[in-house]
Amino acid sequence: MSAIAQSPRPTWSHFFLDRSEVVGPLFIAPAILYVVVLVGLPFLLALYYSVSAYNIFNTSYAFVGLKNFRDVLESEIFRRTLVNTFVFTIGAQIIGLLLGKIGAMLLMQEFPGRRIARALVVLPWAVPVSLATLAWLWMFDSLYSVINWTLVALGLIDAANRPQWLGQEDLAMIAVTVVHAWRLFPFGVVIFLAGFTSVPKDVLDAATIDGAGFWRRNYQIILPIILPIILIALIFGTVFTFTDLSVVYLLTKGGPINSTQVLGTLGFQVGILSGDVAHGAAICLFLFPFLLIGVIVLLRALRRREI
Amino acid sequence: MPLARKVGTGAAFYAAVVVLVLFAAFPFYWMLITTFKTDGDLYNLKSIPYWFNAPPTFEHLKYLFEDTLFVQWLSNSFLIGLYVVVITLVVSLPAGYSLARMPGRSAETLGIGIFLTYLVPPTLLFLPLSRVVSILGVQDSLWSLVVVYPTFTIPFCTWLLMGFFKAVPREIEEAAIVDGCTVMGAFVKTVLPLSLPAILTVVIFSFTLTLQEFVYALTFISSSDEKPVTLGVATELIRGDIFYWGELMGGALIASVPVAIAYNLFLDRFISGITGGAVK
Repeated sequence: MSAIAQSPRPTWSHFFLDRSEVVGPLFIAPAILYVVVLVGLPFLLALYYSVSAYNIFNTSYAFVGLKNFRDVLESEIFRRTLVNTFVFTIGAQIIGLLLGKIGAMLLMQEFPGRRIARALVVLPWAVPVSLATLAWLWMFDSLYSVINWTLVALGLIDAANRPQWLGQEDLAMIAVTVVHAWRLFPFGVVIFLAGFTSVPKDVLDAATIDGAGFWRRNYQIILPIILPIILIALIFGTVFTFTDLSVVYLLTKGGPINSTQVLGTLGFQVGILSGDVAHGAAICLFLFPFLLIGVIVLLRALRRREI
Repeated sequence: MPLARKVGTGAAFYAAVVVLVLFAAFPFYWMLITTFKTDGDLYNLKSIPYWFNAPPTFEHLKYLFEDTLFVQWLSNSFLIGLYVVVITLVVSLPAGYSLARMPGRSAETLGIGIFLTYLVPPTLLFLPLSRVVSILGVQDSLWSLVVVYPTFTIPFCTWLLMGFFKAVPREIEEAAIVDGCTVMGAFVKTVLPLSLPAILTVVIFSFTLTLQEFVYALTFISSSDEKPVTLGVATELIRGDIFYWGELMGGALIASVPVAIAYNLFLDRFISGITGGAVK
């Protein structure tokens, strides 16, 4: 067959759009442009804010070096915020991972109503976080808290001194952490489920025949296989918790007396509500090194997976 | 792991499932019941709060729909979602395709680079972006969100689409090109129709992602009638120290239900996208 299909008359656009070396970059350019203009440049602006004297009363953008960071670090509230952020993040990850693993092990079994159970378990993650948090705000109400009502009814606490879940410093920290873990754990469940189903059945069977018990199978066979995707999920979870603002803002606004203040809420309070943009930016930028570490770990995990 | 091996462990197993489901779903049950309770029933410490002690009422929903801007917020959210979905599709479809077909390691690096911007949190960007938004002249309007939300939907959806496009065999486009299509034509005529399920996934996910966002909305918008539903419900139904709990829960419930359903339907695709096809 020597006849080659006669190509249609070449036009300019045809010539142009025929070349994958032209079309490729052309196709990806809008995405890169969008990200550069609305993520890259604003990020640089945030960097500059943090070393300037910019606020709503003084819009001069004067350069002040690292003064804002020094101011921030000297503040008692900020140091407390930093500790809170770590407690909040690590606490929510631990609870989220544990519940995620337990949930996945339960939902992996075949039982009647499994689909409904899964759909219900996924709810906290699926529903808009601000709306779901409102339900918790109501459940933690100072007077009509259903949690307190139940505890009183069970005789576990005394009606006269009901705990103020969002009004006492320690309890408030526990409350925001648990609510965030609640929001996050379905993600863990789903990821663990995906991981478990990816473990080849014959490998497990072989191990069982060789005498590996439940724990050995769990930690020496399943865990190494699913580790990469657990890691990815963990980094997502950490980043989303570390930078969260909505749960804490809606439940406590950082109170009582800054006991639940996290970097996000403090940055919002200083940068937006008080209009001190420069210090707000400095506070928010403390997030950055930790994000960077997360990203590097993530990249490593992704690369290893590709090979 | 045959956990449900014996009857005893079977009972323990079901108990564990029930506890887990209760922990996850109780707040939503609480929303539901609060929405339909009369105020007298809601604010009564004597009666059992888990069920109706007075006949259910539509009072709160009536108030929500007639005396608040709830309908306006819903339509704002819908409009924002719609525009963001269109922008996301127009930008992400070609980008995802380009990354899927780009030869060599550079495509992977570029893809991961774009994906990583999804991890740049609003907390880091809300201050500078509120400046950008005012430069663009869209501050305090829902258009600010239309402009800003694609910053997280585009990276996420480009990544998802890249994975899906990789699964479309190259031969199909090559055949179209041999038949005289341009590269662009082959993409539009052969790859896109084959990718309809993927496109639907992207539509659902960019829509739900915009519905879930709270921080940018909180930062950029203060006029009541420009707010999306998540912000409107969370800020406008609390006046000072007075919480309109029936209305709050009703609003939260109504806005949550469609998102929850959509999420559940598309969950498996979402997972295979986020893990980059590492798990089949």
